Parts: sequence; structure tokens; C-alpha cells
Amino acid sequence: MRYDALIIGAGMSGLAAGIRLAQAGKRVAILERHYLWGGLNSFYKRGGRRFETGLHALTNYAAKGTPNVPLTRILRQLRIPHEALALAPQRRSVTALRTSAGDTLRLSYSNDMALLRSEVARLFPSESAGFDRLVAALPSYSGSSEGDYAQSARARLAEFVRDPLLVELLMIAPLFYGSPTENDMSWAEYGILFRSIHLEGMARPEGGIKALLDLLIARFEQEGGELRMKSGVAALLHVDGKVRGVRLDDGSELECERVLSSAGLVETEALCGQSAASEDDARIGRLSFVESCCVLDAMPRALGHDVTIVFYSDGERFRYERPRTPVEPRCGVITCPSNYELREPDREPFVRVTCPANFAYWKGLGEASYAAEKAREVDRMLATAEEFSFPIRRHTVFRDSFTPRTIERYTGHRGGAVYGSPRKSRDGFTALRGLELIGTDQGLVGVIGALLSGITIANRSLLEPAGGAA
Amino acid sequence: MNREEIVIAIKDIISTIAPDEELGSLALDVRLRDQIELDSMDFLDIVMELRKRYGVQVPEEDYMQLATLQGCVEYLGPKLESKSLVLTALKV
Repeated sequence: MRYDALIIGAGMSGLAAGIRLAQAGKRVAILERHYLWGGLNSFYKRGGRRFETGLHALTNYAAKGTPNVPLTRILRQLRIPHEALALAPQRRSVTALRTSAGDTLRLSYSNDMALLRSEVARLFPSESAGFDRLVAALPSYSGSSEGDYAQSARARLAEFVRDPLLVELLMIAPLFYGSPTENDMSWAEYGILFRSIHLEGMARPEGGIKALLDLLIARFEQEGGELRMKSGVAALLHVDGKVRGVRLDDGSELECERVLSSAGLVETEALCGQSAASEDDARIGRLSFVESCCVLDAMPRALGHDVTIVFYSDGERFRYERPRTPVEPRCGVITCPSNYELREPDREPFVRVTCPANFAYWKGLGEASYAAEKAREVDRMLATAEEFSFPIRRHTVFRDSFTPRTIERYTGHRGGAVYGSPRKSRDGFTALRGLELIGTDQGLVGVIGALLSGITIANRSLLEPAGGAA
Repeated sequence: MNREEIVIAIKDIISTIAPDEELGSLALDVRLRDQIELDSMDFLDIVMELRKRYGVQVPEEDYMQLATLQGCVEYLGPKLESKSLVLTALKV
């Protein structure tokens, strides 16, 4: 029994690649170590309630039938009707920054780019023309050059926008949504993220991440794909520089022509038998987060907070970096799913607050102190988040939080690195023929990026003979 | 399949991969991608479906033969002669 392809990981990229290969009539299995699918974008039960991880927003919002945009291409390739996603657009979101003088600058935006333009004009009247030139100069999704990948986004922004505070404001949301590098990213990545967030926009599938995952799993199984849960891959088997199969955690072996791995760059190398990268290897991403999900006793709107997402920095320098302290409360993201234009309001509203965190601290913490430390640090996070939103703690009836340690355990990403390695393998090729990377470390992040990664690499593998070019 | 059935077979495949497109008035001799939204990945899907449904292999160097419906009829005619029409999306 030989598979045409085995896919490591039932996250967004693995499911998308699996659907493409199964649609083409390939014999394909997705191997997932855990008992739940989704990877970074998943869900779990706690205290009788369902919680989500990942997905704050589906970026790249587009109305049905919009030509030449990522969402339309993805849905078509996966043969999922736009209606099936039941996308609820955001109301409006805000990037907020508190200056040294104590003023808070708030830049609002929605899925209509006109709002962001008018907000820039309101807060920075002399920067309007520069901002328009910036938007016109953004690299396109596919047209980025190697030079665009080598250039600093901050340096390019400063060519169009003179006020450093506006540069800072324009970096906050794109960095949070998903830069694997600290404090800056490439101009090419900035183009992708700015388009995804601001030119297209944000939405949430009705029913959240579970509804999206249910759709993907159903498509994969309809096409005859095989989903194997609790099937962690312990090693990749190879001969003469070509992959020939995998060995699972339980010792059994599966033979195949090809492996698509969403495990990550250094994680996949380790599966090939190379010695594991050390903790401080520059290829292990440094960005991880503590996230707290608070179940509320009232709708945020009833508490005067109608914003879908707030990206905030309490200070003129936005600290998108691994903090020395357990968490970095001075910047974060506040997400209110009930502030999307949902048809069915959530039965119980909740808010999620996410802040950068120090992986090594949480990893090294003993069991005895973990829960208490987490409660204390989350309180620090929420105290600052409330200054940019509403009295969250006073209205919280139940809360659950996860740390970088949780992220590493459930995603397998070293360092709990949510956006993976700073070194992307944009062509997906590895040292082994027949082994390709998909997902976060192939260079595309977020739900849409991961789906696109799985589709792109699977399509290329369909065009090439098994074991294709390396 | 005869020539008319091949046109229906191709339209059925296109409606499977692009359910939102209106296919009623497609001209035979105009490039498909000039009439509806189809990119190169969609052509890959058309080829995949031909293989799945009819066991027909279209090598990559022949993809351009499928650019128009007329081209499809001529190129696929001999290959589909002995096959019967499979419909999954269109109702006839």
C-alpha cells in the first residue's frame, strides 16, 4: 500500500494541499499528531465552552465573485462556494498608539479603504499625498522582486511618510498579523500584509474557525482523502537523497512518493535525522504570544466598545519583539468576535487579548507555579488592554489562557513561534527530493496565506513527475 | 461522445471548477479565458478532471490546444470518441 503523497499536519496548509491532491485523484493521507485538526487555527473545550485558537480575523476579505484576489482563487481551487463560508465583515478596527505626551492616536479602518485614507488625513493632514503614493507603490502579491524581499518595510515607509508616529502606526497591524521577524519585515511581506488587511479587509466565518475547518475536512473526505489523527510523524525515511516514506510515533511505517510537511523548517530537518537545532538557532522564530480568552457577561457593544479589533502600542516605540519579561503588556491585540456583522450573534460574547511573550520563561516554568504565573501575567496584560477597550475583567465570567509553551506543544513549532521561522523557504524545496515544505515556513502566514501555500505547492507537485526537481 | 457532447463535457467540467460562471453563451472560437475568469491553475483543473472522468492524459505541452471550445473538440475528439458523457454539475 503506497501513497502518492503523505502530508504532515492537518492545519490549514495541510488540509488545502490534501484537497488539491485528492481532487486530482491522488492517493493521499494527512497525518496529524493530535486528536484535533487545525494546527495553529483550532478549537478546544474548557469548562463546557468552546474556545478558539488562531483566527482573529480572516484577512483578504472579498465579496463573492471578485476577480483576481486570493480569496476567490482559493475558494475556486478548493471548490468551496463563497456562501458556504458565510463571511461576516468587520465593523471597524483601530490601531491605537499612546504618545510620550500621553495622547492616544487612533487610526480607524474598515473593509472600505476610504475610511483609512480619511483617518490619515484627519490625524496627519500633511501626510495624505505621501500615504496615497505609499499605497500605489506597494508590491503586488506575485510581482515582488528579490530586492523587495531584501528591503526593510520601515525604511520604505519612511520614503513616503515623514512623521515617525504615522510610520509606527502603519507598522502595527501588519507586524502583528504576521511577521516572523522582530520589529520590521521585508517590503515584499509588507505589501502582502497591507493588501490583505487594508485593501481587502477582514471578516469572520459565521461559526468561527470550527465552521471553516468542518468545510475543509468535508471537502477532503468527499474527494477520498484519508485523515489519520493521533498519527505523529517520528521520522522521514529516505534513500539516495529521495524521500520514500515516514515512520510514525507508534513505530509503523508508510511508503510514499512525496511528503508535504507543514511541520516547519528546522522541525522537518530534525525529522530527516539531522541533529535538532539548538534553542538559540537563528532559524527558530522569536515571536510567540500569551493569549487570554475572556467570556463576558455582556456584549462589548453594550459596554461601549464596538470595535472589531484593536491593535495597540502603549508607547511611541511599538515593541514587536520577544520581551525579557514573561509577557509584553505594552502592546497587543484585542479581538471581539461579536463585533463582526454576524447574522447569528454569539450566544456568549467573548474577547481575546494577545501579547508578545517570552518562550523560554514559560517553557522553563515548573508545573507548581505555571497556573499562578499565568493568572498574574494575564492580569497585567488585561490591565493595559482595558485602557484601549473596556473594563474586561469586571465583565469576565470565565477565562482561559494559553502561553508559548501551549503553542509549542500543539503546533510542534519550536519556540512556540506562531509565524514560524524568519528564514522562509519560498520555493518549498528541501535537501531531499520528494520532500517539500508547506505552511508557515514556506513563507505565507495567516489562514489565507496557509491555504494558498498548501494549494500552490500541491499544484506544482501535480505538474511534476513524482519526486520532482530539487 | 460526438462533438456536441464534448462541448457539454467541457462545460460541465468548467461548471464544477467555476460554479459562479455563466456558460450558456460561450463562443466556440474565442479563447475561454477571454470569456470567463480562468487562470492557468483552472486549466490544470480541467486537465485533472479529464483524466479522472475519462482517463484522458493531456501532457503539459498540449494545454494550449484546449484554449478554445473548438480546440477542445478537435484535440479531444479522437480521445473521447469511445467514452460516454459524465455530468456532475450541469443538468441537461
